[in-house]
Amino acid sequence: MSTRLDDWRRYWVTFQTILGKEVLRFSRIWVQTILPSVITTTLYFVIFGRLIGDRIGPMDGFDYLDFIVPGLVLMGVITNAYSNVVSSFYSSKFSRYIEELLVSPAPNWIILAGYVAGGVMRGLTVGVAVMLVAMFFTEIRIHDPLTMLLIGVMTATLFSLGGFINAVYANSFDDISIVPTFVLTPLTYLGGVFYSIELLPEFWQTVSLANPVLYMVNAFRQGLLGVSDIPLGLAFGMILACILVLAVYSLSLLRRGVGIKT
Amino acid sequence: MFALDVQQLTKVYRGGFQALKGVDLQVQEGDFFALLGPNGAGKSTFIGIVSSLVNKTAGRVSVFGRDLDRDPQGVKSCIGLVPQEFNFNLFLPVIEVVLNQAGYYGIPRAVAKVRAERYLRQLDLWDRRDTEMRRLSGGLKRRLMIARALVHEPRLLILDEPTAGVDIEIRRSMWSFLRELNAQGTTIILTTHYLEEAESLCRNIAIIDGGEIAERTSLAILLNRLHTETFVLNLKGRVSELPELGGFVLQALDDCTLEVEMNRDHTINGLFEALSRNGIEVISLRNKQNRLERLFLELVDRRGLEVRA
Repeated sequence: MSTRLDDWRRYWVTFQTILGKEVLRFSRIWVQTILPSVITTTLYFVIFGRLIGDRIGPMDGFDYLDFIVPGLVLMGVITNAYSNVVSSFYSSKFSRYIEELLVSPAPNWIILAGYVAGGVMRGLTVGVAVMLVAMFFTEIRIHDPLTMLLIGVMTATLFSLGGFINAVYANSFDDISIVPTFVLTPLTYLGGVFYSIELLPEFWQTVSLANPVLYMVNAFRQGLLGVSDIPLGLAFGMILACILVLAVYSLSLLRRGVGIKT
Repeated sequence: MFALDVQQLTKVYRGGFQALKGVDLQVQEGDFFALLGPNGAGKSTFIGIVSSLVNKTAGRVSVFGRDLDRDPQGVKSCIGLVPQEFNFNLFLPVIEVVLNQAGYYGIPRAVAKVRAERYLRQLDLWDRRDTEMRRLSGGLKRRLMIARALVHEPRLLILDEPTAGVDIEIRRSMWSFLRELNAQGTTIILTTHYLEEAESLCRNIAIIDGGEIAERTSLAILLNRLHTETFVLNLKGRVSELPELGGFVLQALDDCTLEVEMNRDHTINGLFEALSRNGIEVISLRNKQNRLERLFLELVDRRGLEVRA
């Protein structure tokens, strides 16, 4: 007779297996998964920081180069967490090896947790790599590492969940690039990565508050630099609420077998 | 106890197509069971529901007394599935595919490694353990699907067309492996288009057609229903004229080949005596058509006529 403890041991093995598989996947193809973000952000630092940044002048009391570091790190986290889950889960649907998991006794929440943890790992790996590049160009001292880490993990979790939902609904490889191109990129660029929303007219400041990326970028900036346009508590609350909504929705998709069962 | 107990299983796909129309089917523990049917009969839908890849519309599925609705994890842990289509990550090495599957079932890595080696060796895949899936031939992929399905040591193994596209030699070795597995106590349900395979391996049989069970019986009883059987004889010499063989219906296929139809009252001994009396020597003899194939076609044709009527 299996006990609750045996169940948890099995779940832990299953979780480790999915996570290990995901980490191995993006590590094996690091030239496609890790390197591009590092190169892109290096170019941002060179162009916006060194060449144009000096002419822009300080923002929120920081050099422009220092000001954009948190946003650029988080941009790497967001795009990589999202694209890891969306491409991995969609590939498993496309090649039908998702069936390996569906026939197994792995509970839906473990399947979701495994894929999301894989996305978080890639997001954080890229985040750390971009941070190392940033340290080469700047002399930033981290203001509050715990806040930075928490916001980084929560942001990666949220966008991994987004990637998962996208993958569930996707019917072709085109479908997995539509959301990153037409939704994720505009939200990130308009989420205060390159500017403080205080520069915007009041109306656009209010509109910007509807963008969840704004809360993440500002909370991350609070952790890294100690300044933010948004109160930290509000940012945490907003991100947590979004995670909860997307997690519940993802589990409901898995339970009903949307996109993976007939 | 039934290994599989299915009651009133119904599946209506989006768009209204009814793939299963209230199927009732029981498979005894330890059985080697064949599920046959023409293309589109509902076999894969049936297997998909039992193995949790397809959502059922109505009905009950129970595996070793565990109900699919109430205890899906319990049901899944009892079943090993070898699907019809390849469903691998083609970029993974063979060993990873098996170890990952064990991991999904919550089997610790150390135990999984021992089992993976055992099954890969038994299926002659151990030397290929580091080969990427995409570099394997079709036959090797089919064998790997069996190893993958066995790594959690299921009590019920379901094989959907396991030897499709596999050469004779590999097919025979797979048969022998499956016979051994069944002898060790694993219940096996098999769908196949090779009726010779079902006749050679299975004890009980169900024929599904149009989403309904058309026949559910033992293979012995089913084969006993054959009233006539046709043999093809290769002769040593030439026969210019068909001899009278007292009750045997003969037909010449060419100068050296005869076709003989025998009913239940005839014996092979009687046939050979009659041939010897007429100075005809036989080099070899074979069954013209697989017996199960003939019955299968008869059943499906009869049902087709009934449905049209």
